[in-house]
Amino acid sequence: MSGSARYLVLAGGLSHERDVSLRSGRRVLDALRSDGAEVDLRDADAGLLAALTGAPADGPGGTLTSGGDGRPYDAVLVALHGGAGEDGALREVLDIAGVPHVGAGPAACRIAWDKPTAKALVLRAGLSTPPSVVLPHAAFRELGAGAVLDRLVTHLGLPLMVKPARGGSALGCSTVDKPDDLPAAMVSCFSYGQAALVEKLVSGTEVAVTVVDTGDGPRALPPVEIVPLSGVYDYGARYTAGATEFFVPARLDDAAADAVAGAAVAAHTALGLRDLSRVDAIVEDDGTVQLLEVNTAPGMTETSLLPMAVDAAGLSFGRLLRTLLEQAAARG
Amino acid sequence: MPPRPTSGVRLDAFTDRYAQRTHAMTASEIRALFAVASRPEVVSLAGGMPNLSALPLDAVGKLMGELVQTRGAQALQYGSGQGDPHLRELICEVMALEGIEASSEDVVVTVGSQQALDLVTRVFVDPGDVVLAEAPSYVGALSTFSAYQAEVVHVAMDEQGLVPEALRETLAAVQAAGKRAKFLYTVPNFHNPAGTTLVEQRRDEVLAICQRAGLMVLEDNPYGLLGFDGPPTPAIRARGGQDDVLYLGSFSKTFAPGLRVGWVLAPHAVREKLVLAAEAAVLCPPTFNQLAVAEYLSTQDWQGQVRAFTAMYRERRDALLDALRQQMPAGASWTHPTGGFYVWVTLPSGLDAKVLLPRAVTARVAFVPGTAFFADGTGNAHLRLSYCYPEPDRIREGVRRLATVLQEEVELRNTFGQTRARTSAPQASSPAPDLA
Repeated sequence: MSGSARYLVLAGGLSHERDVSLRSGRRVLDALRSDGAEVDLRDADAGLLAALTGAPADGPGGTLTSGGDGRPYDAVLVALHGGAGEDGALREVLDIAGVPHVGAGPAACRIAWDKPTAKALVLRAGLSTPPSVVLPHAAFRELGAGAVLDRLVTHLGLPLMVKPARGGSALGCSTVDKPDDLPAAMVSCFSYGQAALVEKLVSGTEVAVTVVDTGDGPRALPPVEIVPLSGVYDYGARYTAGATEFFVPARLDDAAADAVAGAAVAAHTALGLRDLSRVDAIVEDDGTVQLLEVNTAPGMTETSLLPMAVDAAGLSFGRLLRTLLEQAAARG
Repeated sequence: MPPRPTSGVRLDAFTDRYAQRTHAMTASEIRALFAVASRPEVVSLAGGMPNLSALPLDAVGKLMGELVQTRGAQALQYGSGQGDPHLRELICEVMALEGIEASSEDVVVTVGSQQALDLVTRVFVDPGDVVLAEAPSYVGALSTFSAYQAEVVHVAMDEQGLVPEALRETLAAVQAAGKRAKFLYTVPNFHNPAGTTLVEQRRDEVLAICQRAGLMVLEDNPYGLLGFDGPPTPAIRARGGQDDVLYLGSFSKTFAPGLRVGWVLAPHAVREKLVLAAEAAVLCPPTFNQLAVAEYLSTQDWQGQVRAFTAMYRERRDALLDALRQQMPAGASWTHPTGGFYVWVTLPSGLDAKVLLPRAVTARVAFVPGTAFFADGTGNAHLRLSYCYPEPDRIREGVRRLATVLQEEVELRNTFGQTRARTSAPQASSPAPDLA
């Protein structure tokens, strides 16, 4: 790829995570420009398809930088979190528009975005993930919430983690220690999505493992250990600088560190992902790795986990992203 | 793999050095949702941005250009900490429209009335002091009181504004607790967020109660000239309160909020301290902006412009009230403002405005949860709708979307029953000022 290649970072969108995405997009833009790349930042809106061909921006929102000089983009990096950015829809559009993009294709994104489907696939690949139940609001309405919730507690035990089956940034997530708290957790969860994933809460060392593939196969970067000061890695703990303590690499023994790295690469492969992903997991005290979820558009904000892992691996964030963009452009 | 660390990183080297009051400043998922509200696809009934589409920008541009050409050396220079004398005289003429007689010597020009709030709180409030405020109250004031570590005690309101009996009871309770209230903060006209106006007969009573208790009144009146039905009600300051009332005014709603020009009218002794506090904060309010406002008031039909604004807001208020009447589910109620920007909605029993917001954003409509307007984390049963910015058709569409969301939430509550509301800090539940 020549030095005159032009890249586009997509951020914003209309999901609940727009604000996080805008922060990711700006950081990615800065990192790529620091590495000398020619790159624009743009919202994903009605003007996107025209912009991909290099037409000047004309819609509201449009470019977040002064892009659009008439030349088409060579590759796109999707920094959209949630909604169309992660559910495969945007990737599908990029594919039919013939625009190369970093990361997984639409089918793999759809699978990873739907946490229950992703959990089923990693289980099939021989990996562990906490036992769970997936239920839409209609199931509670039709079968009686009280009876279903009672049965759910009996089946999974306490404590529980309630989260939207699709979503990110811990939005709509609650931990539940007492049965009385479960209805409120369900209501909060259903505010963010149609189906709830109720998972047995496992305890241990919370880690995030970034998986990158720059052409020689997927490999795990050093795991980042997450210790939120409030005890819960919720939205505030994720996006308030100083609210969480990180250990990079995680304070795991060699066997556990190898196990979580191996599980992350295996999950990345099992879900058919490409280029980069972030796998969230709990390493239990006995060394068992419990996979929680896999992200195809991981956060890249100032407090996000992926850039920390890249730094700990001794890599340049901007250089790595540029390599992935060059790789995507070459892939066509 | 690099060696394992023995200590973690916090991504903020200053965590153990922040002031106590800073610790509550955390990222908020509710506030983050307002980033979506600013997109054109979303009908935002959340923000309080005045609609400037009716402003004669050609005339304003000409006026500002001439200001630089003819008086640039003055307009671009430092000015008095108290504010431009000519503008202060014009401010007295503006206040006279609401029955206030004042000397320009007692006016301090501020960077929006928000800075006046800051200065008054800085001058009067020590950490732990009690400030009385309506329930609900303006979120920007609550943020200021929080920054100075005041304890906010809310006083009940009804459709006629602050309830005098509730004020008496609250004052007695504060005194019985051995605490001292420093002032009553009130927005008597077209209240933000309640949309109500303190009726005339209650104004004397509220002032008398405060005078008897030795309590100062902080009268915040940014919307007073934006009434839809006749002339403005005389201000509390106009009712014999010159020694007991600090009066805050603003050009943000009658002219342009981007200029950030407001003021405080204060008794002489207080005024002197406010000037010193203002100089410590900003040296002087922006000279260019002050001269531009003065020029606008002197050369343009600004009152005619305010009538044009209010005609526009009245049409939007009507659209909102009509749509609410036609579409809201049973159990919802709301106020009927006669001016200003806001309608305050009380949700059907059991619904939580903060929990509703993500669902509303998914449906492409936004509001501000009532929790933004209470210092004590309550307010979940309410939401604020603004009609100032969207066109009437968009307002109707927004209410249609909101009604669907409420209906879905009612069904959810029917499924899961009553659940406990979570509390949150006020500023965490409100949008930034530029997110309409």
